[in-house]
Amino acid sequence: MAKKKKNKQTTKGQLGKKKETAREKMIGQTIGYRYDVNLLPDYKKLTPFLKKYIEHMGWDDLNWLEDVHMGYEENRPAVFDRNANGWVTIPKKIKLPDNQQDRDMIARELLVKFQMSPNHPLVDLKKAYRKF
Amino acid sequence: MANLKTSTKKTKAQSMGMHTETLTGKTQQKFFNPDEAENFFYWGTHDVDFNKRTEIDVKDMDCNEANKKIDSLMGEGYGTIVIKNPQGKHSLGVGILNKLNLIFEGSLGYFGIGSIDGPIVRVNGRVGWSCAENMMAGKVVIEKNAGSCFGAAIRGGDLICKGSVGARTGIDQKGGSIIVGGDAGAFTGFMMQRGRIVILGDVGINLGDSMYDGTIYVGGKIGSFGSDAVKASMTKNDIDWLKRKLKVAEIGSDFDISKMTKVVAGKKLWNYDALEPTEKKGAI
Repeated sequence: MAKKKKNKQTTKGQLGKKKETAREKMIGQTIGYRYDVNLLPDYKKLTPFLKKYIEHMGWDDLNWLEDVHMGYEENRPAVFDRNANGWVTIPKKIKLPDNQQDRDMIARELLVKFQMSPNHPLVDLKKAYRKF
Repeated sequence: MANLKTSTKKTKAQSMGMHTETLTGKTQQKFFNPDEAENFFYWGTHDVDFNKRTEIDVKDMDCNEANKKIDSLMGEGYGTIVIKNPQGKHSLGVGILNKLNLIFEGSLGYFGIGSIDGPIVRVNGRVGWSCAENMMAGKVVIEKNAGSCFGAAIRGGDLICKGSVGARTGIDQKGGSIIVGGDAGAFTGFMMQRGRIVILGDVGINLGDSMYDGTIYVGGKIGSFGSDAVKASMTKNDIDWLKRKLKVAEIGSDFDISKMTKVVAGKKLWNYDALEPTEKKGAI
């Protein structure tokens, strides 16, 4: 019984970490994505913030956010910000659900907040280089 | 990271230290601050009102003047802008990073509405090559036909053509959805990496050639499959998504989705050669 509990804990701590194939070991890098990039969103899981964002933009659905998923960077949950071309790591204090659809919705919400923030790394670039 | 100590024979790349060196500048890791406020605008963009409407006649303007005029109108708070007499001018409506309702009364030339991030655009005519190239977000509806490279390198949003499109639609697509009511030419989804393409009509030869990832749905006949493009079975999630997306696209309301063919990457081209890190070193 105790043995089973230990195994469960180990798996939980390794979310997003998969067993490397022989080829991956040989070349020393991960092949492909570590999550399903083609997973279509479940609209029943929309958060109130995302509903508000969609309404504000005048769109009919999640639009570009359909391609946003919760990924992993250095084995920590993270979402890829295409504008900054880097991973935005989720703070440890945010507890994430196990369901990928729910995780994806949280990733979308966090990414919108991050991108629209005046603290986004692109703001400094814009201030320095924008033409009009 | 692979456990390199267990491998007995070092590859050329490993002996060069490519697997242990720290590559700087490759990944910019940022940390999300949970105290960020709710905000729906990019910094430096305009707060516009969809109900505030205006029209501009671009007959005697070049594309640079017309694009600057659109920007200044957004600065004045106009959320709905109608462009009269676009007369097939190239590069109109590009680089709009704002929420906006933009209507073109006529046809566009090459590279129309490229690199947009947010607006809803309607073109009441045709469009030339590379319409909505590098589109990031928003919705674009083309009422008639489109030229080649429709949605080239698109990264997000919904790009819709109610008519037919030329060759290489969605070439190098990295996200978003391209929806075509009519037929599509050869090499549709060429080298696509992510996102979805929906063709309700027929599609030409070499569909999804060298596609790395992503999904293509075809309603009509397929000329031929490209290298590494394979058929896959439709799931309930696919059908639900297609039903909803066709409604968004304002086309195919009576289309039988269950008869569509789903095409994905066979992943045979996922070749990560052992020499790749060495080549990277050369490039750096």
